[in-house]
Amino acid sequence: MENFTPISSLIGGIILGLSATLLLMAGRIAGISGILSSLIPPQPGDALWRVLFIAGLILGAAAYPLFGGDMSFVTLNPYLLPDSAHYVLLIVAGLLVGGGTYIGAGCTSGHGICGLGRLSLRSFSAVMIFMAVAVITVFVMRVLVGG
Amino acid sequence: MFNLVSLIAGLLFGFGLALSGMVSPGKVIGFLDLTGNWDPSLAFVMGGGVLVTVISFRFLLKRSTPFFGGEFKLPTKKDLDKRLVIGAILFGLGWGLGGLCPGPALSSLAYGNMKIVVFVLSMIGGIIIAKLATGAFKKTG
Repeated sequence: MENFTPISSLIGGIILGLSATLLLMAGRIAGISGILSSLIPPQPGDALWRVLFIAGLILGAAAYPLFGGDMSFVTLNPYLLPDSAHYVLLIVAGLLVGGGTYIGAGCTSGHGICGLGRLSLRSFSAVMIFMAVAVITVFVMRVLVGG
Repeated sequence: MFNLVSLIAGLLFGFGLALSGMVSPGKVIGFLDLTGNWDPSLAFVMGGGVLVTVISFRFLLKRSTPFFGGEFKLPTKKDLDKRLVIGAILFGLGWGLGGLCPGPALSSLAYGNMKIVVFVLSMIGGIIIAKLATGAFKKTG
């Protein structure tokens, strides 16, 4: 528990909730997977707000260290894999995350922060399933490769 | 106006993800590692986010049109179908392997790491494969 950061995580989470609130004031759900997947291919009249949101995501994340935020906690390779194996893992993980969130119509933001906020049973079920599967996946990875 | 709101919402979301710790796969895996050295921090991210939306969405969705005008574009499906279950299982697998979900992956492009670029490109590849497999491209033209 030495890495426990309840305060910054809670404040960060509240900011995510405020962002989702702002976007719903404009009529849209802040589901990142949906914002991205509906850009493939871009639809006329429905692309600019998505591109701007994603540009905002990147600029907002870039702003954090510029405002003095500590980035030293970021660990990209928690299973301590050799670089080549880690690239393979990231490709497999990326395919699963992209395909899974498209098929399941949402990720941690759309089903999580927004879907739970709307008290959607579909989203609650999706969150329970992907959390449980992720916990099991991490358990199996720890047994297989450690880290 | 709508585009400006979207940009500001994106800025907030990216900043919130960085502050919350979600941009670190190590922290995500630490949260999912219930039987190991468990770091419960990310429960506070979801908790904080839902705390806000569960209150604000109640008021916003009582209106027939969005606060800034236009119309609501909300999910319409209500039932639990096979697609939701299969999609959530695949996503859970990928999230547990890489420690990255779509928001933090896109946000982390800010930090200029090749591994993030490879993950995001794979994620886009996954979306394209899933759209091909489900015939989505035919429907949207």
